[in-house]
Amino acid sequence: MSIQLNNVSKQFGDVVAVNNVSFTVQEGELLGLLGPSGGGKTTVLRMISGLELPTSGDILIRGQRVNDISVQQRNIGFVFQNYALFKSMNVFKNVAFGLKIKKWKRRDIKNRVAELLELLGLTGLEKRFPHQLSGGQRQRVAIARALAPQPSVLLLDEPFGAVDAKIRQELREWLVRLHSDLNVTTLFVTHDQEEAMEVSNRIVIFSRGNLEQIGTPREVYEEPANEFVARFIGVMNVLDATVKGGVARVDELEFPAPERRDGQQLRIGFRPFAVQVAPDPTTYRYPGIIRHTFFLGILMRVEIELPSGLIIRARMTKEEYAQLGLHEGQKVSILIRSYRILRGEDEPLSPEVTAVDKGPGAYGADI
Amino acid sequence: MMETDTKLLRRGGDTKSQRGTEESPFVKGVLITIALSFVVVFLLLPLMNVFWQSLSRGVRVYWESFVDPDTRSAIKLTLLIAGIAVPLNLVFGLAAAWATAKFNFKGKPILISLIDLPFAVSPVVAGLLFVVLFGRQGFFGEWLADRNINIIFAVPGMVLATIFITFPFVARELIPVMEATGTEQEQAALTLGASGWQTFWYVTLPSVRWGLLYGLILCNARAMGEFGAVSVVSGHITGQTDTMPLRVEKLYQSASAASMTAAFAVASLLALLALVTLVIKTFLEWRTQREFDLAQRAVPEAPVLAPSIQISSRSS
Repeated sequence: MSIQLNNVSKQFGDVVAVNNVSFTVQEGELLGLLGPSGGGKTTVLRMISGLELPTSGDILIRGQRVNDISVQQRNIGFVFQNYALFKSMNVFKNVAFGLKIKKWKRRDIKNRVAELLELLGLTGLEKRFPHQLSGGQRQRVAIARALAPQPSVLLLDEPFGAVDAKIRQELREWLVRLHSDLNVTTLFVTHDQEEAMEVSNRIVIFSRGNLEQIGTPREVYEEPANEFVARFIGVMNVLDATVKGGVARVDELEFPAPERRDGQQLRIGFRPFAVQVAPDPTTYRYPGIIRHTFFLGILMRVEIELPSGLIIRARMTKEEYAQLGLHEGQKVSILIRSYRILRGEDEPLSPEVTAVDKGPGAYGADI
Repeated sequence: MMETDTKLLRRGGDTKSQRGTEESPFVKGVLITIALSFVVVFLLLPLMNVFWQSLSRGVRVYWESFVDPDTRSAIKLTLLIAGIAVPLNLVFGLAAAWATAKFNFKGKPILISLIDLPFAVSPVVAGLLFVVLFGRQGFFGEWLADRNINIIFAVPGMVLATIFITFPFVARELIPVMEATGTEQEQAALTLGASGWQTFWYVTLPSVRWGLLYGLILCNARAMGEFGAVSVVSGHITGQTDTMPLRVEKLYQSASAASMTAAFAVASLLALLALVTLVIKTFLEWRTQREFDLAQRAVPEAPVLAPSIQISSRSS
């Protein structure tokens, strides 16, 4: 394994930024640290780099405990959110900096820098200064600079945060390709769940300093460990229900919950893709009216109001929507194909996925 | 700029010759006249007069003013004092700016206000502070006398007074520059294996170089031109503790026609220093502003297709 965190905590004064976090990163893995801002993900990244020291717990890189090893000696490459390029140096000198510090021979430095600039598509920009580069170019220079001294781990803090939306998509695909090319263990921080899902081999989800879940994109989407993860990854309908006679009820909706006692409050969640819509008010059990539809590219989001006033979000492809002949104001009926009982933000969730009806595509990629 | 604006408005058929927020041409004219006449009467004329007076008896007399050994010694002493005070202030300014810009600690606002103290204190008072400390009757007076160390009415006292007077210049210039730069570049250098010293030398110093130079130029001008504080601690020993400003005063007060010219000659040297300082200062301001503008200007995004092609061609 490449990196290991054992019960790592970090406090800034009274604020607990990271709370007793443990996880392991495999050699060559591309791992996303995901969470809302203030979740502690950047602090974790900085502790691995050595820019912050943990208040307690151990950090191991390739089996060696690095708590007492300085930033300089950890052999990591760090890409800062705003790139932190050396403003007074041109592209060549920026990339060569780490090699110069390591006292590489001049010729070797020249070759290594040329190699990296070619790899990152920056050839010809050697003499440019950071202020003469576009955002995407600056970022690639920052990555080249971090990679130059052949680090054992590459750490990226919000790598696409400062780039505009159009470029982001290209950069993501590009990062995945770069990673599979170089095969260096890579950790990146993001607050964008879509970005994390698309790019990572595995995702670590943080909230308020706690590690909520670690798993592949599919795992965290399909088997969220708790309500936080379920709501943070993708979209979810979340309802508070009360149990009566083995059934959790929210207005007219009923969800079987056989092992729960009467009067218990349950939080129920289901994905918009688990909602089946029929263009007839009698096809399924619950009638409703389409209040709004939103066009999301190839997907449609449909908001259905039930007679009690409850709003349920459903999703379908544009084609499905057209086939069913749906439109705003239409009377429809819905079926909830599957749902989850989410208990509380902090409590672990028992794997109770109750499929009412195993329709096709009960778990689509719903992001 | 404003004129063309007005012209454009006129051409556009607008009868009003000004924007709603602009003053009338009369007020504009009066304000410009007042400002200009102040500059001419209080700055330009006296300055020209210095050069005029110093050259009034010919270039030869002007040059001869500098042959006088006492004047030469004053010039040498001025250079010596500036040569000690400016480097020391460079070190102090860098340390103070680094400490205040990169770290948070208790009493930081107090330190920043204290740096400004020499600007607030009258130079004469500053000089007296050192007399009270190191003079014969001063706090350390006896101790120093026992060891035969002269500070007051000697060069060390003049150096101390000059350092006191000039120490805000470098720090004041650097603090905002360093605060604006932040610490990320330094952190990046650390992750690349650089030691603290290498980081300072290769990253911090180059990023503040123009601000630093600006501070040094101002510091130097003040160190060479300081009169009040230095006068109090100098003892006015001709040929020993006279700096250029003190020499000017002495020559002027001796009231012979020759020494009068010599006074203006030395003064012209100081005025020249001021002019050179001004030119460098303007250049540095332009330089820093330009760097700032360049840093602010966003370069349009280029598509990132190039690297993807590069990588795929490499892996195939």
